[in-house]
Amino acid sequence: MRYIPNTKNDCKGMLKDIGIDSSEELFSSIPEGLRLKERLDLPAGIPERELSLHMKDLGDRNSTIDNYISFLGGGAYNHFIPTVVNHLISRSEFFTSYTPYQPEISQGTLQSIYEFQSLISLLMGMEAANASMYDGASALAEGVIMAGRINKRDEVIISAGVHPEYRRVVKTYANNLGIDIKESPFTEEGVTDLNWIRDNISEKTSALVLQNPNFFGCIEDIKAAEEIVHEKEGLLIISVVEPISLGILKPPGDFGADIVTGEGQSLGNPLSYGGPYVGLFTAREKFIRNMPGRIAGETVDHNNKRGYVLTLSAREQHIRREKATSNICSNEALCALAVTIYLSIMGREGLKRVAYLNLQKTNYAKKRLAGLDGFKIGFKSPVFNEFVLETPEPPDRINKKLIKKGIIGGLNLEPFYPEMKNSLLMCFTENNTKDEIDMLCEALQRG
Amino acid sequence: MLINEPLIFEIGSEGRSAYSLPDTDVPETDIKDILPEGMLREDISGFPEVSEADVVRHFTRLSRLNYNVDHGFYPLGSCTMKYNPRINEDVARLPGFSMIHPYQPPEISQGILKLMYELELYLAEISGMDRISLQPAAGAQGELAGMLMIRAYHTLRDDPRKKVILPDSSHGTNPASVSLCGYRAIEIKSDKRGLIDPKKLRQIMDEDVAALMLTNPNTLGLFEKDILEITGIVHDKGGIVYCDGANLNALLGIARLGDMGIDVLHFNLHKTFSTPHGGGGPGAGPIGIKDVLSDFLPVPVIKKEGDSYQLNYNVLHSIGKVKAFYGNIGVLIKAYAYIRTMGADGLRRVSEVAVINANYIRNRLQDFYDIPYNSHCMHECVLSDKIQGKHGITALDIAKSLIDYGFHPPTIYFPLIVKGAMMIEPTETETKETLDRFIEAMIDIAMRAEDDPESLRHAPSTTKVGRLDEVRAARKPNLRWRV
Amino acid sequence: MDFPEDLLYTKEHEWVRIDNGKAVVGITEYAQQELGDVVFVELPSVGTEVAYMDPFGVIESVKTVADLYSPLTCEVLEVNHELETQPELVNSSPYDKGWIIEIAISNMEEVGHLLSHDDYMAHIEDTED
Repeated sequence: MRYIPNTKNDCKGMLKDIGIDSSEELFSSIPEGLRLKERLDLPAGIPERELSLHMKDLGDRNSTIDNYISFLGGGAYNHFIPTVVNHLISRSEFFTSYTPYQPEISQGTLQSIYEFQSLISLLMGMEAANASMYDGASALAEGVIMAGRINKRDEVIISAGVHPEYRRVVKTYANNLGIDIKESPFTEEGVTDLNWIRDNISEKTSALVLQNPNFFGCIEDIKAAEEIVHEKEGLLIISVVEPISLGILKPPGDFGADIVTGEGQSLGNPLSYGGPYVGLFTAREKFIRNMPGRIAGETVDHNNKRGYVLTLSAREQHIRREKATSNICSNEALCALAVTIYLSIMGREGLKRVAYLNLQKTNYAKKRLAGLDGFKIGFKSPVFNEFVLETPEPPDRINKKLIKKGIIGGLNLEPFYPEMKNSLLMCFTENNTKDEIDMLCEALQRG
Repeated sequence: MLINEPLIFEIGSEGRSAYSLPDTDVPETDIKDILPEGMLREDISGFPEVSEADVVRHFTRLSRLNYNVDHGFYPLGSCTMKYNPRINEDVARLPGFSMIHPYQPPEISQGILKLMYELELYLAEISGMDRISLQPAAGAQGELAGMLMIRAYHTLRDDPRKKVILPDSSHGTNPASVSLCGYRAIEIKSDKRGLIDPKKLRQIMDEDVAALMLTNPNTLGLFEKDILEITGIVHDKGGIVYCDGANLNALLGIARLGDMGIDVLHFNLHKTFSTPHGGGGPGAGPIGIKDVLSDFLPVPVIKKEGDSYQLNYNVLHSIGKVKAFYGNIGVLIKAYAYIRTMGADGLRRVSEVAVINANYIRNRLQDFYDIPYNSHCMHECVLSDKIQGKHGITALDIAKSLIDYGFHPPTIYFPLIVKGAMMIEPTETETKETLDRFIEAMIDIAMRAEDDPESLRHAPSTTKVGRLDEVRAARKPNLRWRV
Repeated sequence: MDFPEDLLYTKEHEWVRIDNGKAVVGITEYAQQELGDVVFVELPSVGTEVAYMDPFGVIESVKTVADLYSPLTCEVLEVNHELETQPELVNSSPYDKGWIIEIAISNMEEVGHLLSHDDYMAHIEDTED
């Protein structure tokens, strides 16, 4: 067995050294009746080439965004990933190391986390970031719980414009913590109904949660929301599911957000059927001791040489146990590294540029689709790279027809919003060419 | 060669760039006509302005400051730092897996759904559980999902309970997950054997206890011999038994937690099933449950209908979702490939050799180090610094000294019930020769602790930085670079 | 280790200096040594009312963390703001510059629960065993 180097003979020698005859004796603490007498019912092991072929076969049974044209978004985005990203995260010094518990031999990981925290803070316009969470949804859930820890209030208003799966995760996490979650409706313009919030917010409200751009792609009025929630001394939490938007949109920190979470998949991580992705978590500096997750910090060694360590660990489960700020231990470090490399490659200009491309392609697609017979743009609000398209026939039927033409259409919204019967969420990124958008329009028009 | 690498923000020059993007191929509209003016961002000041080669060199240099499994022995207890097979990396990156969207229709995603379905079957067979959910992103999220299901189970029976019992040797994630579910953690003290004492458990187990959360083998590397009695005691009072699967590497093909009265468990695919740790993640923490809890599974579950696989969101009393979409698919693919490579015989061999290796180390170090619960261990053994402590040498000094011998230190100061603990998990992927070199290093350190303790207090001396000032880092937090 | 004889103590290793219905509270020499370098002290707001033995704050070192328990039912009159920027005062001067809160005692009868210097010394010996 190529992954188990010690031969039968090696083992025999080691057992002799231990002073026993067979490995069976080492398992003597397991009650006899519990020890398996038969081998597990699993397929027999296969050699490398056979595995490769088998895996390729399984992979080939999936249609990819490479052999189809895709207009799906909704929390997972088809963006270009510079080839350098995969090369660098594939260095075994990064991917075969553990959480950097021993800083002297983990400076590579620690410095890259510090750079990640710096980049994410700059991107969000926030003061501090952690080393990553599992994904955008669980990061938001942790943000909601953190708000309650800070202000000891127990009611949260979350906009229906927040990704439905994120809202579900928030509810699952908060379910037993005595947090009352209220959902605010959205307006005919596709944005959070701030009037409803004005009427329903109170001194009991721990936090107001908005997503920007929201699930419909629409841009929210964060400034107005900030004034409403801060007047009641609650916290403003913003979820950024499509961080490419921050190349062109003013970041939530500039509007006075207190906690900003997000999903980093767009920034250098492949779609990979929904994971692994990477949760982004930022907050105001005064809240850092309430943050969940690992945090790297700069310090010096005994020679006054700059170095990095995991810090503020007393918040975490391995020290504070049942009183920890979160139960998170493993995070998404390698995906965070991909984000760090991606943002370094894109840099100050590149991120602006890719955001600009998304905006222009989407704007073009919006105009073209609005002109098709029977189709209508769902909401009037400005959008970044997604919008709702109202369809003349059931979206599933449209999508089925598109698949035959090699196009993966938009996301049918009805399973998420039962009242939205004929609506598709369409997404357009820098990876979609004008030709592809034109083909989509043609395919839809012909029906 | 130990380089000093500046921060990415400290290199480059204004206007330098590394990106490659196409020109706009659609008619352009003035941005101000698309977006309201107050929403526009002028600049992302402080962002890097570097070339592609700058980026490659920067991260390559950083990578060289890391110790890693490919570099050498990494006996970090409870972390199962085994070799990460390269083929698994390759197959997980196949476009057929990496370039598929979670919302694309199941009809065109049959390959990945089939893989997930079969992985569930394999994990169920390996653990003796009835159903699997692949959704949790890591062990701790598996704990959360499992405990939420337990809570939902009791709630539905109109029997809300308030407490969860945990041994004092448990991982910190366990009590933290218990609190996150709104339960109160009750600690049970390990007995002289380092195990749960059934008598003591019987005393504190009552009808207000929702569950017992244990780890088997436990964090001392010892199998809970009385496991059947223990699970019986909990079940008799209507409680559920949760098992942290962090130490599953000891049991593959040897025994199954599901046969021991465990009702819920999580797997750490990044430990037992060889997927890499990535400097802290991503991992994957699927959960296994007994049928009695199947109405509470997170959604969606994968359903097979004839030859086709579907995502099913209809679970009667589902706890909901712990993350968006379906799980850390890229990690699941690697674990699947590993199980297919090993087969039943290979997996059994994994545990046999992992246990032999741990006992070999324990046996050869017992004359030099205190081993508080010294009996045959499973896949890991726990030493203490008691003997070296007489010379003022701590587990920390021993750990840092090992670095200068070219080894990653073991887990130190855990489990908490052993003062000055050093938890050594060799895994099955190390050769006897490597173990011998490690043992020699440990013995040499033990000698030096007696003869020249001062020489250990300043270790490591071969690294880019020496021991870092963690007090300063925590007192005056500097968590980011500033413009 | 230094344990002033004129102070009262708790089993949680806090000291209490009572003066005319008010008291100053801190942690003992023993506690600061056990914790190691203190990196952060979470202080209550002035005016907070705390019940006997309820936590009123948190004290953190690099590797461990401890709740601070109120030795008496009280109202917090003053907190040591110096600790916000210099938590190390708890280590260097636990009985003086490292004081943590000043309180108004709500129920003088509870003072009877506190340990005398000698009782506290005995308690430490027990703990050490």
